[in-house]
Amino acid sequence: MNPPSLALTDVTKNFGATEIIRGVSMNVTAGERHALIGPNGAGKTTLFNLISGRFPITAGEIRLDATRLDGLPPHRITRLGLSRSFQITSIFHRLSVYENIRCSLLWSSGYRYSFWHPLGRQRALNQETERLLEELNLAERRDLPAGLLSYAEQRALEIGMTIAGGASTILLDEPTAGMSHSETEYAVALIRRVTQGKTLVMVEHDMRVVFDLADTITVLVYGKVIASGPPAEIRSNRAVQEAYLGALAA
Amino acid sequence: MSDAAVRALPSRRPVSVAVRLWPWIVALLIAVVLPWLFYDWQHGRHSGFMISVFSQMGMMIIFALSFNMLMGQAGLLSFCHSVLFGLAGYSTVHFLNAAGAGELPVPMELIPLLAGLSGFGFAVVFGYMATKQRSTAFAMITLGIVQLVTTAATMFHSFFGGEGGVKTDRVIGNSLLGREYGQAIEVYYLIVGWMMIAAIGMYFHAMTPLGRMANACRDNHERAQFVGYDPRMVRFLQFALSGFYAGIGGGLFAITYEIVTFDAVAAPLAANALLMAYIGGATTFFGPVLGAILITLLQSGVSLMSNSWLVYVGVLFIAMVTFAPTGLTGIVLEHAPIARAGLLRRLTLPYLRIAVPGLIVLFGFVGVVELLSFLTIGMAQGKRLALFGVALDIFSPLSWLVAFACLLGGGLWLSIEARYFKRVWDGLIEASRSR
Repeated sequence: MNPPSLALTDVTKNFGATEIIRGVSMNVTAGERHALIGPNGAGKTTLFNLISGRFPITAGEIRLDATRLDGLPPHRITRLGLSRSFQITSIFHRLSVYENIRCSLLWSSGYRYSFWHPLGRQRALNQETERLLEELNLAERRDLPAGLLSYAEQRALEIGMTIAGGASTILLDEPTAGMSHSETEYAVALIRRVTQGKTLVMVEHDMRVVFDLADTITVLVYGKVIASGPPAEIRSNRAVQEAYLGALAA
Repeated sequence: MSDAAVRALPSRRPVSVAVRLWPWIVALLIAVVLPWLFYDWQHGRHSGFMISVFSQMGMMIIFALSFNMLMGQAGLLSFCHSVLFGLAGYSTVHFLNAAGAGELPVPMELIPLLAGLSGFGFAVVFGYMATKQRSTAFAMITLGIVQLVTTAATMFHSFFGGEGGVKTDRVIGNSLLGREYGQAIEVYYLIVGWMMIAAIGMYFHAMTPLGRMANACRDNHERAQFVGYDPRMVRFLQFALSGFYAGIGGGLFAITYEIVTFDAVAAPLAANALLMAYIGGATTFFGPVLGAILITLLQSGVSLMSNSWLVYVGVLFIAMVTFAPTGLTGIVLEHAPIARAGLLRRLTLPYLRIAVPGLIVLFGFVGVVELLSFLTIGMAQGKRLALFGVALDIFSPLSWLVAFACLLGGGLWLSIEARYFKRVWDGLIEASRSR
């Protein structure tokens, strides 16, 4: 299956009288790795919340290929094959690591709201869960309540839950935030591996990760896109250097 | 991960059916044998009192388990669970009356199934309203529903029969097993049968996609949306199914007592379910079973001994919520890491050391409560106070002095021992982790 493309047209979001996202247009072409960068408070996470349906947009349009996403509730957007992770780890903390992954697989495996399938007997589902745990390097932690995992492990689980359902468009919100150097390297390799052949949008602060992974970079400052293009172009863009470095220096 | 490392993981072979079934078989055997332990062989008859206690236990086990499908499994505190139980009870009275009149060709053994279906139907209606919200707002809506239905029960006479309730005769002359169901023991076995069916059904439900997603929504309803589930739909279906099982309980209630009044839908019964689930332990599947047994024993046993039995239930509840929020089964499970490390024996002394002041506090507390109660209600009833086989003079200052001394002195001693206990406990947990 070809991964879809994601298009935002003049997307605006107000919280009360405050404009947080001010007419963002952005194109993520099919199969590319797209990084969203910008200083703190630029609205990167908010933009993710709008795309994934967590908040409704005020104006504009969001499309996944031909399907209009804005106005749909999050679970419908997820079912269309767009899956997101959270900056602040969002897992089922009392369920085991294994159950966290299995729950993330249920809908895409077609179980819907079934109350007649005994989970223990679903071979394909359980094998897929095991495979993902191996892939995430969490197999040894499988029976631990997810809330008791270390921070880096929770981040790995967060990524795992996001990709588990086989979504073709993945939104990762600061997947490497707060990780040590070696953990970051591991996470980047993991992201590269599991998003193979998919459309990826990620918010990231670590510039090494951004320039390492991304095919295209979009720079968001105060709710507006100030530049978008391949890494080399962004690196040499004066407006970006000013806005970004200026904000960092402040 | 290397193959060797994978193999080193604990193996997860599916347990054979026989192994998984044995706890159920043991439970069934106990339930079947239980009434015969109180059989009066001399006169050749059953103990009516014990059978009514065990019957009550059976339906309360179903009720508490179905309540916990919401509270423990889905994180939904429902105050209208009694409504599902009670309305199914009312419906069952009408089913029985219709069956008795020959208008409803359903054998007695399947009447509880009809009750379950009507419970399901009511749960669909009320669940549609309540599950629009979750957490506190959900609890408030259910509180509204229970008040609404309790009021309606005294207003609409054709279905509810007003203050006096509706009555029936359970001898409907239609049975698959050729039984009359005139005797309490026959009804008891009907309850046991349906209790097993309902309990196994609910146990199975917890391990289906919907049951698991109910857990997931309890933990993090937002993330559930981002794995493709509509949490509201999960809540609604879970509520509707819990209504089915609560309905079975309500049906058995109607069959047993042959009368249903508005008490069966009212809030105190829902509060009872909360007590049972919480005291037994809402975090485990079998916790509510233990809670239902315990509360029923308190209700029927202690209420014979003391006017103040509700005080004890209330204090027990407060103590559990404060000191052991995971309930009795939770307390037991917390010993698991220590037991696995083989350190359980080191808890013997600390347990003895808190048991002594604990009993003294209990003695003092019971003393104070009973003295107070006898000063008012007891005296009016002309009873004489006897505690633990000792007759007490409620007007003697000595009685009061001893009771208060036990309560306060024991409390002080207990708090010291509790600190020692916690030190030992924390040490053992630490030690079991490092092993």
